[in-house]
Amino acid sequence: MKDQYKEAFKEEAYELLTELESSLLELEETPGDMDVVGRVFRAMHTIKGSGAMFGFCDIAAFTHEVETVFDLVRNGRITVNTELIGHTLAARDQIKSMLDVTDGGAGVDIEARERIIIALRGFLPVCPGGMAEEASPTIQPPVAPAAIPGKDKITYRVRFKPAREVFFNGTNPVALVNELRGLGECKVVAQRDNLPHLVELEAESCYIYWDIILTTGMGINAIKDVFIFVYDDCDLKIEIIDDGGGLDNEADYKKLGDILVERGDLSPEDLRQVLSEQKRFGELLVEKGLVQTDKLHSALLEQQHVKDIRHEREKQESVASIRVPAEKLDTLINLVGELVTVQARLSQLAAIRNEAELSSVAEEVERLISELRDNALSIRMLPIGTTFSKFRRLVHDLSRELGKEIEMTTEGAETELDKNVLEKLNDPLVHLIRNCIDHGIEPPATREAVGKPAKGMVHLAAVHSGESVLITITDDGAGLNRNAIRAKGVEKGLIAAGAELSDREIFAQIFAPGFSTAKRVTSVSGRGVGMDVVKRAIDALRGTIDLSSQVGKGTTVTIKIPLTLAIIESLLVKIGDDCFVMPLSLVEECVELTREDVEKSHGRNLADVREQIIPYIPLRERFNIGGKPPAIEQVVITSINGARIGFVVDHVIGEHQTVIKSLGRAYRNVQGLSGATILGNGSVALILDIPQLVKAAERDEMYHC
Amino acid sequence: MGKMIMTADDSASVRQMVSFTLREGGYEVLEAIDGKDALEKLGKQKVDMLITDLNMPHLDGIGLIKGARALPACRFIPIIMLTTESQDARKLEGKAAGATGWIVKPFKPDQLLAVVKKVLG
Repeated sequence: MKDQYKEAFKEEAYELLTELESSLLELEETPGDMDVVGRVFRAMHTIKGSGAMFGFCDIAAFTHEVETVFDLVRNGRITVNTELIGHTLAARDQIKSMLDVTDGGAGVDIEARERIIIALRGFLPVCPGGMAEEASPTIQPPVAPAAIPGKDKITYRVRFKPAREVFFNGTNPVALVNELRGLGECKVVAQRDNLPHLVELEAESCYIYWDIILTTGMGINAIKDVFIFVYDDCDLKIEIIDDGGGLDNEADYKKLGDILVERGDLSPEDLRQVLSEQKRFGELLVEKGLVQTDKLHSALLEQQHVKDIRHEREKQESVASIRVPAEKLDTLINLVGELVTVQARLSQLAAIRNEAELSSVAEEVERLISELRDNALSIRMLPIGTTFSKFRRLVHDLSRELGKEIEMTTEGAETELDKNVLEKLNDPLVHLIRNCIDHGIEPPATREAVGKPAKGMVHLAAVHSGESVLITITDDGAGLNRNAIRAKGVEKGLIAAGAELSDREIFAQIFAPGFSTAKRVTSVSGRGVGMDVVKRAIDALRGTIDLSSQVGKGTTVTIKIPLTLAIIESLLVKIGDDCFVMPLSLVEECVELTREDVEKSHGRNLADVREQIIPYIPLRERFNIGGKPPAIEQVVITSINGARIGFVVDHVIGEHQTVIKSLGRAYRNVQGLSGATILGNGSVALILDIPQLVKAAERDEMYHC
Repeated sequence: MGKMIMTADDSASVRQMVSFTLREGGYEVLEAIDGKDALEKLGKQKVDMLITDLNMPHLDGIGLIKGARALPACRFIPIIMLTTESQDARKLEGKAAGATGWIVKPFKPDQLLAVVKKVLG
């Protein structure tokens, strides 16, 4: 690209030199013609300016000498004579030979160049220092400055008061304020006290000015750079109000009055006067007309901002201060679980007794316990980053072994997950990353052949999504081969030969036991054990896994995992006399199912929800619960691996804090149930294993076809 | 539709570089070869921003800025001047004529885009 510009410049320069020659000869005839002088100056000026831009620095530096002389000629400080024209013509030839050199022409006569420079400088009235002054002009462009690494974040108070006429220069002050927002954490208050009455208002004048509290690690020059074009015609005050920890370490910030006085918005005398009267200080100031509401608002904001920043800092500093054995935490969580169960009983009891005093105690206990539960659970949370960083080594070693170039990037390393979940997530993630590297990312040569960068990318990301954490593993490799997977699925009898399936349904085959399309078995993967193990591990965590892929572009695996294993939010439902709970993280909505609806679907178990057909599983039938269903049943619609599936129950009771208890050994392998919980009245409710129930229903469906 | 930016410069190579850079940056570009040409085109076509060289034949940058500001459609648009002189005198003259800001030559494509983004908001 650069070469293209260079060619364009050379072409232009040769043209200018031809023009320059004729201009100079013309000037010899009519030495006083300022038009011609202007032409000579411009030609030199353009060669200098453009030359420097496209890398012809020696030409630019040399031309600068000639330009300097002609700038003075232009201003009437030097008169043109034959001698000057002679030297300038020589200089023109010198520039041409310098251009020729870049095209492979004869060498440049350096001595001649020096001679010309000395001769030209002789024309200057007072030697201004010559070449050294502006030999290679540099600029200070207002490009976005990078954060200074390792530097503490400093909080600034900026008052930006643009000139009234600021709009006439095409400046948009709001854009400048927004640019500041890009530098860091920023709070902005617009000051409107200069706004005149409507009749006096000139729409093209700027009356508003801004107070900005900005916390940034970019340094004060970055802030000044924002205002570079308006620096001379605006009132700009930048002050440091928190230096990132060094000034004073009090967590509390200055009092409101001090801030206003420091800003010059309130005089110290007025402050003292008002302080002697006791009332809410800010209101008092406004009431007395000493400070406008906006100013007060701005100062209060500053106070809050700095307080927040300092508290945040304190919090960070006190992290990692206590080490506790993990078992102690597990015990604590268990005890909290028991407490939640007991509390549910207490609440129920209070509801039955209907005694005001008991109810208020029960409510208080409920509130405290829910806080205790959240706190206890959060203690056991760990950032996923530690797991991510282990994978760096894995990627490094594997890509070496397989001769591939791979870069791993991560995002959301600070996302927190229950320690137990995190531990159980390690193996499945290792497996998935191995698969990415082995099957996904192509060898460098193949990648280059299809126009991708030789270096493959594996991106690991974690993000909170309600009660769950979404973990995605994305690669920019070959993608999944839909047809190969389909063929394999048919061959293994997992799918019917003619079935019309979505990509998602086809990709789901990968998770079937013994499935692998790899023709080649490496030490890493391809033996067909793996993805089903991954799937089972994720299921055990009550999570879901989902694949999407585009041939040639890459694959994304999305894992959704509940935040914790111990206590979950769930939906309590009832079938006959039995209660069941469903994890709320999977539930999307509940709709009614009438007899009519059932009849309309002709025994196909399909519900029509806002014109979307949703298959449902009648749990009463599945669990062989006797008795008659009510006239209007409820369908709880869940979302599993991207599909919406309904579960028919008699009644939906409501949300429930579920403390998960595992089933006894005899029941451990029961399909469709993942545990049990104790309800407020002391009875037991079973926890439905939604993904397993769906799988079982799909299997039955296959056999019926 | 991208914003329309006019580049006025008598140097074809600079014009080419500015145009290419702006188009890469997602803007539309209108080229003018000097101040006179620019002013004529501004009379017919609405632009969102003007980038002008200072030294041009027929009508120089300062003249162009003044002329543009007199056009109703260009009263409040950002105008950036390209200058090789880093002296303040030229800048002040340009600012007084109504320029929004400046870029000192030589500059790199990303510096140009940074300034354009800055003044267009």
